[in-house]
Amino acid sequence: MRPGVGVSGVALRLGAVLLALLFTTGILLVAGAPPLEAYRQIVVGSLGSVKKITDVLVAWVPLVLATSGLLVTFAAGLWNIGIEGQITLGAIFTTGALRLTMDSGLPPAVAIAAGLLAGILGGALWALLAGLLKAYGGVNEIFGGLGLNFVAVALSVWLIFGPWGRPGVASMSGTEPFPDSLSLPALAGLRLSPWAVLLAVGGFALVFFLLQGTYFGLRLKAVGKNPRAAFVLGIPTVRYMLLAFVLCGGLGGAAGAVQVTAVYHRLIPAISSGYGYLGLMVAMLVNYQPTWMPLVAFFFAALNIGSIQLPIVLKLDSSLAGVLQGALVLFVLGMEGVRRRLRRPRVRVGE
Amino acid sequence: MSSEALLIGLAGVLAAAAPIVFATLGETLTERSGVINLSVNGTILLAAMASFGVAVTTGSLLLGFLTGMLVGAVVALVVAGFGISLKQSQVAVGFVLTLMGRDLAYFLGNPFMGLSGPRLPALAIPLLDGIPVLGPLFFRQDLLTYLSFVLIFATWAWIFRTRPGLSLISVGERPAAAYVRGLRVNRMRYLYAMVGGALVGLAGPAFSLSVKAGWKGTISGLDGYGWIALAITIFGGWNPIRAAFGAYLFVFLQWLGLVLQPSLPGVPSQVLQVAPFPLMILALLLVNIGNTEWVERTLAALPDSTRLFIVRVLRSLRASPPAALGTPFEKE
Repeated sequence: MRPGVGVSGVALRLGAVLLALLFTTGILLVAGAPPLEAYRQIVVGSLGSVKKITDVLVAWVPLVLATSGLLVTFAAGLWNIGIEGQITLGAIFTTGALRLTMDSGLPPAVAIAAGLLAGILGGALWALLAGLLKAYGGVNEIFGGLGLNFVAVALSVWLIFGPWGRPGVASMSGTEPFPDSLSLPALAGLRLSPWAVLLAVGGFALVFFLLQGTYFGLRLKAVGKNPRAAFVLGIPTVRYMLLAFVLCGGLGGAAGAVQVTAVYHRLIPAISSGYGYLGLMVAMLVNYQPTWMPLVAFFFAALNIGSIQLPIVLKLDSSLAGVLQGALVLFVLGMEGVRRRLRRPRVRVGE
Repeated sequence: MSSEALLIGLAGVLAAAAPIVFATLGETLTERSGVINLSVNGTILLAAMASFGVAVTTGSLLLGFLTGMLVGAVVALVVAGFGISLKQSQVAVGFVLTLMGRDLAYFLGNPFMGLSGPRLPALAIPLLDGIPVLGPLFFRQDLLTYLSFVLIFATWAWIFRTRPGLSLISVGERPAAAYVRGLRVNRMRYLYAMVGGALVGLAGPAFSLSVKAGWKGTISGLDGYGWIALAITIFGGWNPIRAAFGAYLFVFLQWLGLVLQPSLPGVPSQVLQVAPFPLMILALLLVNIGNTEWVERTLAALPDSTRLFIVRVLRSLRASPPAALGTPFEKE
């Protein structure tokens, strides 16, 4: 979304949303499912009650944290697919820190703070690894990050079944749950912790300010647009690149820390819940600009939460949410391309 | 392990590598033309589901395989359309499609979950299958595995030994020069993206109708192979024979992990299962590190004898992508 998106831009975007809905409706018809009822279930399942809306916010928090981080790496021209692993490592570090402080008699508030910081550190270190592989090993961050994602999941599974396993009954259900005192306090009767929301808002504000209001952000974008020119102009490109990785990993790690301290209260095998990959889609949908990101992230989180109803009520797979999200991004990208083609003066040579 | 069991194991490795060989060959062709199709992982899942569904419903294996190839070609067409004609980032579109392909496969594959379907039978080649060692290794496979052997050399010969292959290389390396020479750059890129996509798509039924027959949704165990195939394409230096070697090496190591597991009780199975991924990073490191500036600088400071040796090793491993990979071609 460039600053000067005019009326035609809005119209094309609405067109993209309609096309995505049309496509998803087609898929539902192919599957022999009633489309309107499926959409109704998603809406009711995500916005139907205060409880549902707070559930959407529970998903919104890690998504916003991860996407905020990704906006930094995208600004530096990096495809940080390793974000999933960074979330996972954040969760692992948080779990480790909480286990260490659990029996030390530290006040719970200090223990939780230490857990969050450890999570941020864990994500940042995992991202730094991908950054070092790229900067000094020539390994494209997409493949380095992806490999590290699989390693991170294996590490968490190994910890859950091995050293951190529940005594006697180590299973996919995760590690022994932490006592309530080691959780971020939630609103009465709900799963949502206002502290987690605060963390997400803080993470987003930090990135917004960094990218829109500082020289650091400006230089980072210069590195992203043209690393060679930026280097010639005296910007230490490698250091900026690594810093972008560390910032993104730290925010991803914070997302993992929230998953442990506010959502699952333990380490589970799929702790990242795909929020990293979803964050990449959100970032694409807002054209890598922060302004509208929290809103779009809320919409995506609502789709995820709403689709949980589908298998229960309509015996459909909940992956429909992913189909709709993917179609949205795809058609928005397509419309952007169409718009560019229309604006460009047509010069046809040969062919 | 008896030598007979070893032979059967190795023959299994050759068969199990067939889908990965198809996918890497397809991606190699695609990337040689300058298009990067990142959707491989999702394409394989969608193609595996669709072809299994078609094969179960119609009872025809052939229709199943064709469906897989069609799915791959259509996904590739979307990547090419967005990347070439609409000038969008090929990486972005490919990534969206890889997630969407997976979700579509899980959503639409729901009714086929756990059904038993047809499976490609083994087809021993008479006379040749009697040769000691080579017979059981190469000539008692199924049709698809034979096809994978043939395609490795056919693709290599096409790229490096024919005139159209030379055109393909030029379109991926210097599209402007190729255009001036009269080649229709974008049309060729569409074509190779779709042919390559069809090969990637063939990997789907190669799994669901042969190597890992059936469709079991999220526990089909196919998620991840596409990414491995993309990495092997790089490891293979965009050369079909080297890429195939990478695919066989990968599956061999996977098999080795399985065989060795009982004798390594100290190593948890989760570690061996993901061993391919750190290996993939290591392989990419070996292939790429020779291209980095600091290595060149460090090498320059070494005495000649050691330097020349290291340079020779790095150079033999090194691979550079087609120069125009992922960038759209615009006529001035």
